[in-house]
Amino acid sequence: MEITVNINGTDHTADVEPRRLLVDHIRTGVGLTGTHIGCDTTSCGVCTVLVDGTPVKSCTMLAVQADGREVTTVEGLKSADGLHPVQQAFSDEHGLQCGFCTPAMMLVGAALIEENPAPSDDEVRWAISGNLCRCTGYMNIVKAIQAAAAAASSDGDG
Amino acid sequence: MTDTTTTPPEIGGIGHSVKRVEDARLIEGQGNFLDDIALPGMLHMALVRSPVAHARINGIDSDAAMAVDGVLAVVTGELMAAHNLAWMPTLSGDTQAVLATDKVRYQGQEVAAVIATDPYAAADGAELVEVDYDMLDAITNPQQSLAEGAELIRDEKEGQTDNLAYTWETGDEAATEAAFAGADRVVSLTTHYPRSHPSPLETCGIVADVNSVTGQATIYMTSQAPHAHRTLFALVAGLPEQNIRIVSPDIGGGFGNKVPIYPGYVVATAASLLIGQPVKWVETRTGNLISTGFGRDYYMTGELALSNDGRIQAMRVDMLSDQGAFYSDAQPTRYRAGLFHVCTGSYDFPHAHIKCRGAFTNKAPGGVAYRCSFRITEASYLIERLIQTAAYELGIDPAEMRLRNFIQPEQFPYETATGFVYDSGDYPTALRKALDAAGYDELRAEQAAAREEGRLVGIGIAHFTEAVGAGPAHTYDIAGLKMIDSAELRVHPTGKAILKLGVKTQGQGHETTFAQIVAEETGIPSTDIKVIHGDTDDTPYGLGTYASRSTPVGGAATAMVARKIADKARHIAAHLLEAAPEDIDRDADKFFVKGSPDKSVTIQDAAFAAYTNLPEGMEYGLEDVTYYNPPNLTFPYGSYVVVVDVDADTGVWKVRRMVALDDCGVRINPMIVEGQIHGGLTEGFAMSSMQWITFDDDGNCIGSNFMDYLIPTAWETPRFELLETVTPSPHHPIGAKGIGESATVGSPAAFVNAVVDALAHLGVRNIDMPVLPDRVWEAIDSAGG
Repeated sequence: MEITVNINGTDHTADVEPRRLLVDHIRTGVGLTGTHIGCDTTSCGVCTVLVDGTPVKSCTMLAVQADGREVTTVEGLKSADGLHPVQQAFSDEHGLQCGFCTPAMMLVGAALIEENPAPSDDEVRWAISGNLCRCTGYMNIVKAIQAAAAAASSDGDG
Repeated sequence: MTDTTTTPPEIGGIGHSVKRVEDARLIEGQGNFLDDIALPGMLHMALVRSPVAHARINGIDSDAAMAVDGVLAVVTGELMAAHNLAWMPTLSGDTQAVLATDKVRYQGQEVAAVIATDPYAAADGAELVEVDYDMLDAITNPQQSLAEGAELIRDEKEGQTDNLAYTWETGDEAATEAAFAGADRVVSLTTHYPRSHPSPLETCGIVADVNSVTGQATIYMTSQAPHAHRTLFALVAGLPEQNIRIVSPDIGGGFGNKVPIYPGYVVATAASLLIGQPVKWVETRTGNLISTGFGRDYYMTGELALSNDGRIQAMRVDMLSDQGAFYSDAQPTRYRAGLFHVCTGSYDFPHAHIKCRGAFTNKAPGGVAYRCSFRITEASYLIERLIQTAAYELGIDPAEMRLRNFIQPEQFPYETATGFVYDSGDYPTALRKALDAAGYDELRAEQAAAREEGRLVGIGIAHFTEAVGAGPAHTYDIAGLKMIDSAELRVHPTGKAILKLGVKTQGQGHETTFAQIVAEETGIPSTDIKVIHGDTDDTPYGLGTYASRSTPVGGAATAMVARKIADKARHIAAHLLEAAPEDIDRDADKFFVKGSPDKSVTIQDAAFAAYTNLPEGMEYGLEDVTYYNPPNLTFPYGSYVVVVDVDADTGVWKVRRMVALDDCGVRINPMIVEGQIHGGLTEGFAMSSMQWITFDDDGNCIGSNFMDYLIPTAWETPRFELLETVTPSPHHPIGAKGIGESATVGSPAAFVNAVVDALAHLGVRNIDMPVLPDRVWEAIDSAGG
């Protein structure tokens, strides 16, 4: 089946099997390996991407369902202006260790601060509760997303 | 925070919270994890696993699988046996089936492998391999396994007549028994440390690329110990070691799970050799949970002999471990129960005796050191639970009970009843600081008032001592390989450097912290130092990263090689300054003649001169290598205090506060150390509250996916309050002790002690982990509360 998915601003047209998972299409079809696979059961969230701006676990969406839609992966976070505030904040606040869950965590954080410019500790924890991390204990991830929100807000104000 | 910095921030030596070098690639999706590797002509492998726990194999039919478009081969145990690879040695001297030939011994055991051009085709093929099984009774716990008349699980093992995997004991039995006979009081605790699984978010995997023309085997694998794995591949597969290159790329968490060699690695390598193309195998999550290295599964009875005033006189432990179908603990050869004999903990008493039996069961093998230094988690858990039990029985406050029995600061180095020589510590200061931060006295008053109102508040303490950094070559080896480690440092003419390590990060930040050690010792800014690790063709030999050994062993090697470099640079500086080497002094990054700091030579000047302008007779270049054989283990410790509120109606408990004081000696990068503690505390909370692998009576694994095996999310995970003291290790070059596992080792007892403490006035003394609400409710109910 021929599909066209806009990934990080570029249209990618491909002939895919109907059963092909979006995560496999992104990773091996398009070659963007920043999106990871961790559990096969929609539990861990390391495959999270943004579909039309909303976090979606790409192991539970078929590639054909993404036809005609806009997908953002970790590779699309950075802009001509430099790193996205969540990327900078994850590094500044030590919000990552092994880095395997990080792309997904940052995308969820980016989507959250679009909706909520000053999320509380609880609001961040609820937003990332579909994403597991085995290294950090979440403390610094929460700090990083809040710091990113603050940085994004001050950028907007300036 | 204790300030141990001696260098300015632009040098970034020890004590600076330098931002991590590895972050740049990871935050942009440019990490290189195993599954990201794609080689030309690469094939894909899927494993066929046993759906049952114990059965004889009558036959395997591959026809339907072979008919799938894209399937090239089905590898069975018979084929592996033809190459003498159907069985492989484990890290504990047992043998393990690579692909089952005679019978399957646990659910999830590897039976066949399908090789295809595409991972979907490989998975389709694996679904269609038909295996004819004759069912046998499954044995799912060690008590059943060692009972009279139990079916023999390891019938293929020569001389094996029962299901006993090993026995081990240590300590002075006669002296211990005498102390118990004469004791005022004896207090005991029987508890199970349940089976858990490290489950890093990246599963295990391999890309094996064996070139049939050159004989070169390039093996990318999720390995915490690439050099050890290269040697074991050479010994097991008979491949010449110079032709084996193990590359461990970015690793998505290890926690001990990526220490053993698994059947999938061996089959993929054999398939690449036979087919002549690269073969990739990436484990499914279920495969990871049901077949690779689990942790714990110890049934323990501990007893303390006590005087009426609460002094411990002796400790006695009897244990039974569930090893699964193969004995494959990843641990030092001479210690069959790992370093469990550190179970005397932080306390000063003369006698201990420990005995342990391990039993085969129809469960997955493993026994890896899940974020711990070889069974230390179980040991620490037992003594910290036991001392709390003793406190209740003797009517002594649990904090006071510990203070009465602590090894005192002036007693270090202290030899324990089981022979460890603890290097340094100040336990009373640590505990008092943690208690003060928690507001212990106020909490006890609040608890008493709450009980009057029928509310349940619990305060749990754990004061743990770890034994990490294995280890001295005279005592420690794994599969015969001595547990030394190494570092090689090359300083280029412009003063920039490359540091090559035998250890391997899985997220701990080696690329940053090890550069900081070099910066401290040489004055080269840490940002000018590239750290290389994980590639056996490009790094010196070492036993790898687990058991908190990177900083104690690899970090020591790094400091020592950097000192050699700094010393040569000093001689070069003397030549440039036209002075005698012994007259040269150094500050953070400059050499100068003593008393004349105005005229100086930078480390960069000395590096350039090392290739251009040397003193007479000195060899060119500025590089060296050090192999470090540690004189002793290091002994980090900590005092943890947990406050919980328990709902008496539902058994649900919530962590109100978690105060964690850690003393890991000198902290190289405080930011990274605190990150390690956060992660470790979370895993301790996970094990105490929800994480366990169980089996039904037929040996079906309950906990084979992340819907059944519960890992805490951000929502459940408590907030942590961190404290520190710094007691350097006297024998480590930079005084560091290791921190990666402390919090996982120390915290489970603190969480469980807190819940038990909430119910202690009802007479409750134990609730086994995980402390699920129904278990709490039952404890309250049966205590009549």
